[in-house]
Amino acid sequence: MNFLDTWVLTLITFVPLIGSIAVMLIPATNTGLIKRFSVLWSLIPLVLSIWLAADYWLKFLVRGQAEMAYELKAAWIPALGVNYHVGADGFSVPLIFLTALLTTLGLYYSARTIRHRVKEFFALFLFLATGMFGVFVALDLVLFYVFWEIGLVPMYFMIGIWGQEKDRPQYSAIKFFLYTLAGSVFMLLAIIGVYLDKGTFDILVAAQNGGVWTTAPLAAALSFWAFFVAFAIKVPSFPFHTWLPDAHTAAPTAGSVILAGILLKLGAYGFLRILLPLFPGPAAQYGLFIAALGVIGIVYGALVSLAQTDLKRLIAYSSVSHMGYVMLGIAAAAWALNQAKTSELLNSAAMALNGASLQMFMHGIITGALFFLVGVIYERAHTRDLEKFGGLSSLTPVFYATMMFAGFASLGLPGLAGFWAEFFTFRGAFAIVPVLALIGVIGVVITAAYILYRVIQNVFLGKYEAGKIVHWTTVAGHPSEGPTDMELFEKVTLWPLVALMILLGIFPTLVLVYFNAAAVNLLNTLF
Amino acid sequence: MPLNALAVVRLLAPELILTVAGFAVLAVDLMTRPREDARPAAITALVGLAAALVATLSLIFTEAGTVVATTMVVDPYGLFFKAVAIIGVGLVVLASINFMAGRSRYLGEFYALLVFATLAIAVAVGATNLLLVYLGIEFLSITSYILAGFLREDRRSEEAAMKYFLYGATSGAVLLYGISLLYGATGSLDLTAIGQLFTATTSNRYLGLAAIVLLLAGFGFKASLVPFHQWAPDTYDGAPTPVTAFLSTASKAAGFAVAGRVFVTALPAFASNWTLFLTVIAMLTMSLGNLVALKQTSVKRMLAYSSIAQAGYIVMGLAAINTTVPFDGVSGLLIYIFAYLFTNVGAFLTVAAVEKQTGAVDYPAFGGLIRRAPGLTLMMTVFMLSLAGIPPTGGFLGKFFVFGAAVNQGLLTLAAVAAVNAVIAAFYYLNVVRYMFFVEPGEAGPVRISPDLQTVLVISTVMVLAIGLVAQPFITWATQAMTMVLAMGY
Repeated sequence: MNFLDTWVLTLITFVPLIGSIAVMLIPATNTGLIKRFSVLWSLIPLVLSIWLAADYWLKFLVRGQAEMAYELKAAWIPALGVNYHVGADGFSVPLIFLTALLTTLGLYYSARTIRHRVKEFFALFLFLATGMFGVFVALDLVLFYVFWEIGLVPMYFMIGIWGQEKDRPQYSAIKFFLYTLAGSVFMLLAIIGVYLDKGTFDILVAAQNGGVWTTAPLAAALSFWAFFVAFAIKVPSFPFHTWLPDAHTAAPTAGSVILAGILLKLGAYGFLRILLPLFPGPAAQYGLFIAALGVIGIVYGALVSLAQTDLKRLIAYSSVSHMGYVMLGIAAAAWALNQAKTSELLNSAAMALNGASLQMFMHGIITGALFFLVGVIYERAHTRDLEKFGGLSSLTPVFYATMMFAGFASLGLPGLAGFWAEFFTFRGAFAIVPVLALIGVIGVVITAAYILYRVIQNVFLGKYEAGKIVHWTTVAGHPSEGPTDMELFEKVTLWPLVALMILLGIFPTLVLVYFNAAAVNLLNTLF
Repeated sequence: MPLNALAVVRLLAPELILTVAGFAVLAVDLMTRPREDARPAAITALVGLAAALVATLSLIFTEAGTVVATTMVVDPYGLFFKAVAIIGVGLVVLASINFMAGRSRYLGEFYALLVFATLAIAVAVGATNLLLVYLGIEFLSITSYILAGFLREDRRSEEAAMKYFLYGATSGAVLLYGISLLYGATGSLDLTAIGQLFTATTSNRYLGLAAIVLLLAGFGFKASLVPFHQWAPDTYDGAPTPVTAFLSTASKAAGFAVAGRVFVTALPAFASNWTLFLTVIAMLTMSLGNLVALKQTSVKRMLAYSSIAQAGYIVMGLAAINTTVPFDGVSGLLIYIFAYLFTNVGAFLTVAAVEKQTGAVDYPAFGGLIRRAPGLTLMMTVFMLSLAGIPPTGGFLGKFFVFGAAVNQGLLTLAAVAAVNAVIAAFYYLNVVRYMFFVEPGEAGPVRISPDLQTVLVISTVMVLAIGLVAQPFITWATQAMTMVLAMGY
């Protein structure tokens, strides 16, 4: 065991926290230093996460293994058997990379666009990263809960302080906080329940011997639903999604990117890491119902997106729709546990799980890019009203091209990243829950409608009318005659994401290999 | 085996030191008068409290439970609460120096009364005889009445004292009635003897229920449990803010301590009855406290109602009492109280700092506090998050333990009500945070904090975070104290 094998996850998790403390010690007036330091500091976890992904591939994936690795276990509260237990497997490694990437890009983008209360923003942003990494690496339920809750606080501040006045940031911030908290307090009770049954808070140990409360169906059901609600609120699954449009719309650009890109994945990750392994029985039992919620989310989210006149709100609702695929994939795999255990079914379940986890990753990239793009136009036009745009394609060609990539990836165009996630999800789900999958496909069609019609057509095509938006500025805030195209820093922020969309559209294996290994591993223990 | 005089002195050292310290404060004040801030008296009080704390802590790990003078026991459970009271009062004294300066001509007496109140708590939490329990509680009440009304020129302070006194006198009488019932039934005032004699036979049954209700009224008054809480909002609101910090923490903890010992030791046969009462009371207390706190426009008054709600969570521990460590209930009660002590003292003293500067305690007075006093704001945020039970604060650990006890004991309704309440409470705690961070400062200038208050707040913040992050020693301590009290009867 060399140094990094043991400590890499701890470093990734706590390096941002150290950075956050360091930022607080820099004088508030020295904004240049704060920004430079934060961006550069965030490269440390990014580099480590790339090393992690490469190392995991070379050590395990090439040999067809997919075990939990980089574990570190130290007693934290021995009286309760609570350990500082971290580890990563195929599910967490790509998500850790995604978190690190979006954190760096978010900080870099904010360095140019955040102008007031700079010190607080960057300190909170780095602090937030610790909470997110922590959830992805925690293997102890209490540790998981602590990180889960810690992430709430900085995001609450980010929405409340840097939100636009007209988006009711204070209302959105507290709504976001209370929704998540409402789920997580019940999760806390269920965590205690796990301990009472299994005598441990360790996720891996609790998952052994068929999970938790295997002989007490009522306790199992109650605990399952407590965890489910906590995760479903975060995902968010219909009908727990109502906090999302408010929070995503009100948050500053980088905050929306993190919210949509990472925080939603925490909920989905909870399904994979806790709900399925610990409660395979109830998960299988209620799988169909959850799949139905997922499908409702897909169709409903897409329909509501179509009706939006605010670009950012449209993207926000599209997240409800896209996270529905994740729910559908996971729930379909769970429902498969109920049925005759054929290898054909196992394959389909694995595919559904692969699709779901791919969708987590791809959605992070695509929606992250879309929210950045909303930021690009909002910083110039100071409105997001779709009715006021039009004909921007010739005036801002680079912006147009970038939006095309992100939009087409979002609607699942083959050759771009989103396609594979949808393909695997539906391919898996069709074999298990055919009717629901069929209904879900309607959502794909509506997605194409709102991306092409509402976004591409309304914003970029048609004729540019000079008078519609009176107050154009450059991104730096200086008045300008009309829309100006993306500047260098915006390109630097967005093009890595576009590059990933293309790369993963052609070689989905690059991330699929992680998820597939983990999904097969998970299903083998459950089947 | 009778103890020799030296052993008695050692065992009663905390009480003896506090007695001497109380008089020393008066003497020092007399010699240094007149002074604007009575600092020498306050420092004398602090020295006395520190000595008493050392004496208490030195006993904690050596004493398994020795009965002194047939009416008091020195055990980890009692010592735990003595330490809580001494620490709480110490913080309050330190914070009062600047806050009370120039507000009264009798500041020496103020500090002496605080020390005597600590003595009263020390007596009450160690008492194993109902008469001494009563005397301890009354002693505490009388000192508290005066403290609550200490700002004689302030009509709200007077009102606070008068309300407290009227409710206190009534509930004292009710408590005495409950004690007399137990005495009548068993012919003894000793808790252990009552526990052995007073079994749940048919003839005892209704007498037992009556005694439980009457005792609950007495202890519930101190702990501000619904429906014995009516005095609390006005008293907490009107009393000088440091006194409110004392009443809502150390004094309240004494109510829980005594209730725990009396019920566990004297009424084990009726455990199913009083746990049921406490379960209902816990749900009522937290729900009412939280719902009313939602509507407050003053931070101080919000914290007053929040203190009532917090009592509801604390009493969960007692309602869910059982014998499986670590979720045994009493450990949760102790951990919760310990974390709550620092949190609530810190919160009220932050209010005191803002009040001292601006003269106001309503929400707008906290507007944009992050610009006016960044350090203070960050600390207040920690306190608010701790009260809301967000990790990694001490308040989270407390909630974790009492929730755990409730689930462990199968009190799922209680656990669910508490969980819903935790969400409701988060709303108004974050409302303070909202004002501090999101609202523009307006006219109000920067808030300067005296070095004394700064020390208190830093200690509180560090402790709140330490209890959450380095939980093990506190849990060990609480579990040890808990085992002793359970061994006595339950």
